[in-house]
Amino acid sequence: MAKEFTLKDQDHEARLIGRRVYISAFVILMLVIMIISRIFYLTVLQHEHYTTLSKSNRVKITPIPPIRGLIYSRDGVILAENKPTFSLEVIPEQIDDVDKIIDKLKEIISIEDADIDRFNKSLKKKRRFENVPLRLNLNKEEVALFAVNRHRFPGVDVVAGLNRYYPMSDELVHAIGYVARIDEDDVKQLDESNYSGTTHIGKLGIEKAYESLLHGDVGYQQVEVNAQGRVIRVLDRTSPKPGENLHLTIDLSLQRIAIDSLENKRGAIVAMDPRNGDILTFVSSPGYDPNKFVNGIDRKSYKALLSSKDKPLINRVIQGTYPPGSTIKPFLGLVGLDNGVRDLRDESWCPGWFSLKGHEHRYRDWKKQGHGYTGLHKAIMQSCDVYFYILAYELGINRIFEGLSQFGFGQLTGVDIGGESKGLLPSRKWKWEALGQAWYPGETLIMGIGQGYALSTPMQLAKATASLANKGKIIRPRLVSGTSNSITNEVDALPSIVEDKIIMSNNSYWGEIIHSMKEAVHGVGGTAWRSGLNAKYKFAGKTGTAQVIGIAQDKEYKKEEIAEEFQDHALFIAFAPVESPRIAIAIIVENGGGGSKIAAPIARKMFDHFMNNRDLISKG
Amino acid sequence: MEERSLGQRLHVDFPLLFGILVLCVIGLIVIYSAGGQDINLVYRQAVKLLIALVGMVIVAQLPPAEIARWSFKIYVFGIILLVLVILYGDIGKGAQRWLDLKVFRFQPSELMKLSVPMMIAFYLSDKSLPPGIIRVLSACVLITIPVLLIAKQPDLGTALLVTAAGFSVLFIAGISWRLLVSMGVMAAACAPILWYLMHDYQKRRVLTFLNPEHDPLGAGYHTIQSKIAIGSGGFYGKGWLNGTQSHLEFLPERSTDFIFAVFCEEFGMLGVLLLLCIYLFIISRGLYIAINAQHTFGRLLASGLTLTFFVYIFVNMGMVTGQLPVVGVPLPLVSHGGTSMVTLMIGFGIVMAIHTHRRFLSF
Repeated sequence: MAKEFTLKDQDHEARLIGRRVYISAFVILMLVIMIISRIFYLTVLQHEHYTTLSKSNRVKITPIPPIRGLIYSRDGVILAENKPTFSLEVIPEQIDDVDKIIDKLKEIISIEDADIDRFNKSLKKKRRFENVPLRLNLNKEEVALFAVNRHRFPGVDVVAGLNRYYPMSDELVHAIGYVARIDEDDVKQLDESNYSGTTHIGKLGIEKAYESLLHGDVGYQQVEVNAQGRVIRVLDRTSPKPGENLHLTIDLSLQRIAIDSLENKRGAIVAMDPRNGDILTFVSSPGYDPNKFVNGIDRKSYKALLSSKDKPLINRVIQGTYPPGSTIKPFLGLVGLDNGVRDLRDESWCPGWFSLKGHEHRYRDWKKQGHGYTGLHKAIMQSCDVYFYILAYELGINRIFEGLSQFGFGQLTGVDIGGESKGLLPSRKWKWEALGQAWYPGETLIMGIGQGYALSTPMQLAKATASLANKGKIIRPRLVSGTSNSITNEVDALPSIVEDKIIMSNNSYWGEIIHSMKEAVHGVGGTAWRSGLNAKYKFAGKTGTAQVIGIAQDKEYKKEEIAEEFQDHALFIAFAPVESPRIAIAIIVENGGGGSKIAAPIARKMFDHFMNNRDLISKG
Repeated sequence: MEERSLGQRLHVDFPLLFGILVLCVIGLIVIYSAGGQDINLVYRQAVKLLIALVGMVIVAQLPPAEIARWSFKIYVFGIILLVLVILYGDIGKGAQRWLDLKVFRFQPSELMKLSVPMMIAFYLSDKSLPPGIIRVLSACVLITIPVLLIAKQPDLGTALLVTAAGFSVLFIAGISWRLLVSMGVMAAACAPILWYLMHDYQKRRVLTFLNPEHDPLGAGYHTIQSKIAIGSGGFYGKGWLNGTQSHLEFLPERSTDFIFAVFCEEFGMLGVLLLLCIYLFIISRGLYIAINAQHTFGRLLASGLTLTFFVYIFVNMGMVTGQLPVVGVPLPLVSHGGTSMVTLMIGFGIVMAIHTHRRFLSF
C-alpha cells in the first residue's frame, strides 16, 4: 500500500514538473523571438543607418606615451637619456609577399637573421594594419638610402622614436639599471591604461625602483582614421605628463677615480656622505653595457655574460656578500667597551697565536711572531687578531650578535634600489635553525676577526662605517637626492632619513675607536701607514683581509701557490676628514690579497680627489 | 533487463555532446577572428575546452543519488569560500573574486552557479511538491545568502546567474503563482535598496543602459559600438575575418563578453538564426532529459541547469544588442575564457549523469 502511495505521489510530481517545464519552454520561445526581432531590427531594418555609422566610425582614441624622465649625476652629467632613433617598420596589410620585400630591402640595408626572427615574432602579436619593426637603430646613411629608394617599398617606412640610452655604459649600470621591453610579468603588475602607449619599463636599479616617477602619465589623442584604420588627422589631444627627472647623489668624477684605481679587478667600492646618506660612488666591477638590454639582448651575448667567470651581472655592492674580515674589529671594539668587558687600558698578551683552554687548536695571528702586550688602540691600529679572539670569547656570541646588529650587519641597508642581500650575522638561533647545530666556542673566536659565518655586503660596510664616523647616528644610504619637473624645471629635494642613533654607555668610546682608526693610517706601525703618508688631511681607516679558504694547521698562506679565485679578498673601510667626516668608504677587491696593499691605496686616491674638490662637491 | 547503449555505459548523452561540440567549434572560429587572428589564443582556448570536457565526462559518471547527497556539503563549503574571498581574496579590476590557491586561482562564485540549484533541488525534493510557503521562503533564504556575498565582491553578472539558477528550480518545483507574483512585487520594492548597495560603476552601467548616447566615450561606448557592429553586419554578414568594427578595435571585449557582436557582424542575421537553433537544440534536449528523469531531484536539477543556460544566452545577447545593461555575462560555450566554460561543462555533466544513470525496472 505504502509503496503504491509513494508512486502515485511521484506521478503527481512528475506531472507538475512537466507542466512547469512546458511553461518554461514557452517562455524561452517567446524570449528567443524577442531576440530575433531585435536582431532583425538592427541588421535589416536599421542596416543602412548602422552601415553609415560604421563607415563614419572613424574617431579613435589612441594613447600618447609620456617621455621618460632623465637621470643626472650630482655634477649634472646626464646618465640616462632618450635618444631619437629611426627604425624600419612594415605594415603587413599593405604587402603581398613580406619575404620578397625583406629580400629586396636586404640589398640596401643590412638585415640580420636575428632581426627577421624578432620581426616574425611580433608579426604574430600585432594586427594586420599595425606597424611591425623590422630593423631598429638605423644610422643616418641607412635612413638616407631608404629615403631615396622609398618608392620601391610600399608598406615600408622609416619611423622616428625615442630610445633609452645610457652614455656611461658599464660604469654605472649596477646603480642605474636599465629599461627593457615590457614582458608578460610586467603586464600583470602595471596600470594598463597608464602604460597603454609605453613599450619599455624599468627592470633593474634606479630605473626600476623609481619607475613610477620616471614614467609619467599617459596622454591621449582623438584621431580620425580611414577605413583601413590608418590615422588621417588628429582631432583633439590631451598631452602626456612627462616623467620626473632624477638627480643622483653619484659624483661622476669620484666614480671614475674609483673605477680607474680598481683596474678592472673584481670588486666593489661604495663611498657615502655620512651627513646625509648620499652615495657618492657605487662601483661594482666588472660592469656590463645596459644599452644591449634595452631592445632585447641577443642570446649569445647574454650567455656570455651569464657564464663569465667574473659574474658581471651580479651587483656586488648590494648583492655581493663577503666575510668582513678585520674591518669588523672597530665595531667589535666598541661592543666590548660598551658592554664593559674591556677597558681601554686592559692588555692581552699576543704570542702570535691563541688557544682555548683544553684545546690543541691554535688560532693564529696574522703576525707570526706576535704583537706582545696589546691594548685596544694597538689592537685596532695593528689589527692584532689575538686581542680580538680573546675579546670575542669574553663577549660571547649573544652579546656580539646584539652589538653588531646595532650597526646594521645582517640587515638590509634600505638603499633606494631593490635586490639587496641581507648578508649574514650569525647567532646561536640562526645556526640552530639553519644548520641544526649548536654553536661552538671556536666560532665565537673567529667572529672576532670577521671570519666564519659572518657575511656582509659592501653597502652594509659603508653604512656601518658612516654610522661610526657619525658617532652613532645611522643614516639611510640613498642614490637619489631630488627630482625635477621636466616642464617647469622645479627641483624637489628629497629629505635624507636618519634611522636611529646608537647610544654608547660612554660617549667618549666613539672618539677612542676613531682615534685608533686614525692611528692605523697615520700612526707608526699602523696597518695602512703607507696610504696615509704625506696626506694634507687626516683620515681614519681599517684594513681587512678576508680568507676565502681555510688554511690547514701546519700550512702557511702562500699567495703564489693558491689559484686566483681562492686568494684572499682585500678590504678597507675609511672616512675623511677625521674631525668632521664628509665621506665614508668601503672597498672590497676580490681575491686581491691584503687590504693594506690593495684596497687602502684606492681609498687614498679617492680621498685626495674628494678633499681637493670638496668645495665644488658640497655646492653640487 | 534492458540492453544498455554505448552512451549509457559511458554515461555520455550524445545529442547533448553533439550540440556542445558544435558550439565550441563556432566559438573557436569566432575567437580566431575576434582575437586579431592570433592562433595562440585559439590553442589556449582549445586546451581549456578539453579540460572542461574531461571535467564534464568525469562528473557524468557520478550517480545522481550521490550528487544529491553531496549537495548540502558543497553548498556550505561554497559559502565558506565566499566568505574567505571577501576576507582574503585577490583583487582584480576593482573586484574581489579570486581565491589564490598557489597552484591555481579559483573563483568560488562560479561554484555557486552549480551549488545553489543543487541545494534547492535537494531541499525541495525532500518533501512532496509543490512546496508550501515556509519551504519557499527558506529556499529563498538559501538563494539570497550566496547572492548577497557574490554581489558584495562585486560581481553583478554572477549574482544574477546564481539567482536565476535558484529561482528556476523553485519555479519548476511548482511554486504557486500567487507566491510568485507577490515575490515579484516584493523584489520591485527592494530595488531602491539594491540601488543603494550598488557600486558607482554598476550604477553608471544602469544609467547608461537607459541612455547610452549620454556618455558615448565612457560607459555607453560598449553598447553603441556593439550595435554598430551588429547593424552594419546586415542579414548575410560581412563574412568571416571581414568585420571592420571589431578588427579596427572599436569594439571592446571582442573575444569575451562582446563576442556575439563580432559573430553578428561577420555572419549576419542568418548566422544568428543558426546559432539560436543550436542553442534551442541543447535546451530542448536538456528539458527532455528533465522530464524523463526518474527522481524529483533529477527533474528539478536538470531543468534548473538548463534554464540557467538559457538565462546566460538571453542576458548576454540582450546586453550586446543593447536591451539589457552591461553586466559581464559571457556567451555560453562561445566566449573566450576558461572559468565559465568549466562551470557550464560540469553543469552539463550533471545533466548527463541524471539521464544516463536511469534504471529500468520491470514491475
